[in-house]
Amino acid sequence: MDFGPFLLLAVMEGLVGAAVLALTASGLSLVFGVLRVVNVAHGEFFMLGAVAAWFVSQWVPGPPALAFAVALVACPLLVAGLAALADRLVLKRLAYEPEATIIATIGLLYILQQAALTLYGPEARPVPPPFEARLQLPWFGWSGYKLFVIGAAGAVLAGLWLLLARSRIGLVMRATQIDRETATAFGIDVDRVYAGTFALGAALAAIAAVLIVPIQQAHYLMGGDPLLLSFIVVVIGGLGSLRGTLVAALLIGVSDGVISTFFEPTLAKILATLLVALVLVFRPQGLFGARA
Amino acid sequence: MLTLEGVDAGYGRVQVLRGLSFEARAGEVTCVMGRNGAGKTTMLRAIMGQVAVTSGRIRLDGAALEGLAPHRIPQLGIGHVPQGRRLFGPLTVAENLEIGLMTRGRGSRTRERVLELFPRLRERLDQAASTLSGGEQQMLAIGRALCLEPKLLLLDEPTEGLQPSMIALIRDTVRRLRGMGVAVVLVEQRIEAVLDLADRVAFVETGRVALTLPAADLSPAAPQFARYVGV
Ligand SMILES: Nc1ncnc2c1ncn2[C@@H]1O[C@H](COP(=O)(O)OP(=O)(O)OP(=O)(O)O)[C@@H](O)[C@H]1O
Ligand SMILES: [Mg+2]
Repeated sequence: MDFGPFLLLAVMEGLVGAAVLALTASGLSLVFGVLRVVNVAHGEFFMLGAVAAWFVSQWVPGPPALAFAVALVACPLLVAGLAALADRLVLKRLAYEPEATIIATIGLLYILQQAALTLYGPEARPVPPPFEARLQLPWFGWSGYKLFVIGAAGAVLAGLWLLLARSRIGLVMRATQIDRETATAFGIDVDRVYAGTFALGAALAAIAAVLIVPIQQAHYLMGGDPLLLSFIVVVIGGLGSLRGTLVAALLIGVSDGVISTFFEPTLAKILATLLVALVLVFRPQGLFGARA
Repeated sequence: MLTLEGVDAGYGRVQVLRGLSFEARAGEVTCVMGRNGAGKTTMLRAIMGQVAVTSGRIRLDGAALEGLAPHRIPQLGIGHVPQGRRLFGPLTVAENLEIGLMTRGRGSRTRERVLELFPRLRERLDQAASTLSGGEQQMLAIGRALCLEPKLLLLDEPTEGLQPSMIALIRDTVRRLRGMGVAVVLVEQRIEAVLDLADRVAFVETGRVALTLPAADLSPAAPQFARYVGV
């Protein structure tokens, strides 16, 4: 293959990663923005979404598309419910104290991981894609499902943007993020906003996972990479800035795809980490974050 | 309307209010005066459920406020204009008002009335609150509180740092609200403003109300001002 088409392929692969990363990272970013909680267990919500999608694919009879559709709705809801429970049982009791919640979510990470190991086992298992279609370009063929992943992630992110920018729920979340005490003085139930935001953040990770398992198998340790990359994206984009998160996800996702294709996946990770270090030194508020 | 009886409240282990008793009546302006740090702001925050009340009673029309979930308190009809305004700076003027309207499910009629009161806000509905001038920000802080059609309005030094025309507008607004039967609690440090507006004046000293007088009993040279406010 010539260089041009090869680069195109690399960019397209990178876009799939970027789409999934944008979903996962926007969940992390949202939780950090509103609750000021760094959720170290965020990658485990991603993993749970993938593992739950595998269970759904086993239980739901009929064509893979049906199981996939069920998983796309049920898994994020399940993970959101678990997250709301974790919020009640853990974060709220710690009064959302920044340091304490980091330690607590590290604990949550191991609990969820071990629970998945016990219930699901150590194997990596594939989940069938909902449909088999090939996109035939002049130079190479490409999985139609991957194109679907990009489109679906884009649709979810557009929905998220509408929710935050245009709906009352979003207004309440933004007001809480800006000043929780004054929000309370205007009748906003901050506990509910926090529980809902934490659940929404987890659900975004779960949606990303359901989209990716037909490409990348479900495994109980799969939460590590999305967590690391999400942190990188959130730091580069600016903590709590959704726009920054999306731009950074695109940047990191696509460059990860391109560098992994032409060189090595490890080099891509090294460069991304280096970029984080540079951003932290020269622009600690991130590319789009407001100066603290 | 509102009564506080023997209220103790504070921040963590720091007790600020010590057996504070206070009353505000419908259709009256009750001014609260006292030195810096006397506990005026903390009293309003105790009413709003923002500081821990460790003993005493707070009643609004007979309903207990202490121990209520803090977000329920404004829903009973208490509007708070906090010291320093505390607007949602990155949100637009319209969004700030919307938050106020949501508190008690008020709609466009209420919003219209508030915008008639402060026409300057109407011209700036899509502007971020943080980009308003100081006076406009104070209008918005008051407008936001009026959006919940309060029966009790708590104003914490609303004229701090404003120019005379703006102060006059705010005073007019307070008078109008009193005329509508709202109970107004106004923390205010300037004697002439207090004498102009107040029906009653409560003097706060080290976390309690040391004295409450009808405003008619006070003159600009009254010794109480020197004693409790230090002017
Ligand atoms: N968040 C807080 N934590 C601890 N102590 C506080 C806090 N806020 C206020 N205080 C203390 O409570 C006391 C009363 O403060 P408050 O703000 O109620 O005074 P104030 O009468 O409103 O004064 P000012 O005229 O300066 O506004 C002060 O001694 C202050 O230091
Ligand atoms: Mg004060």
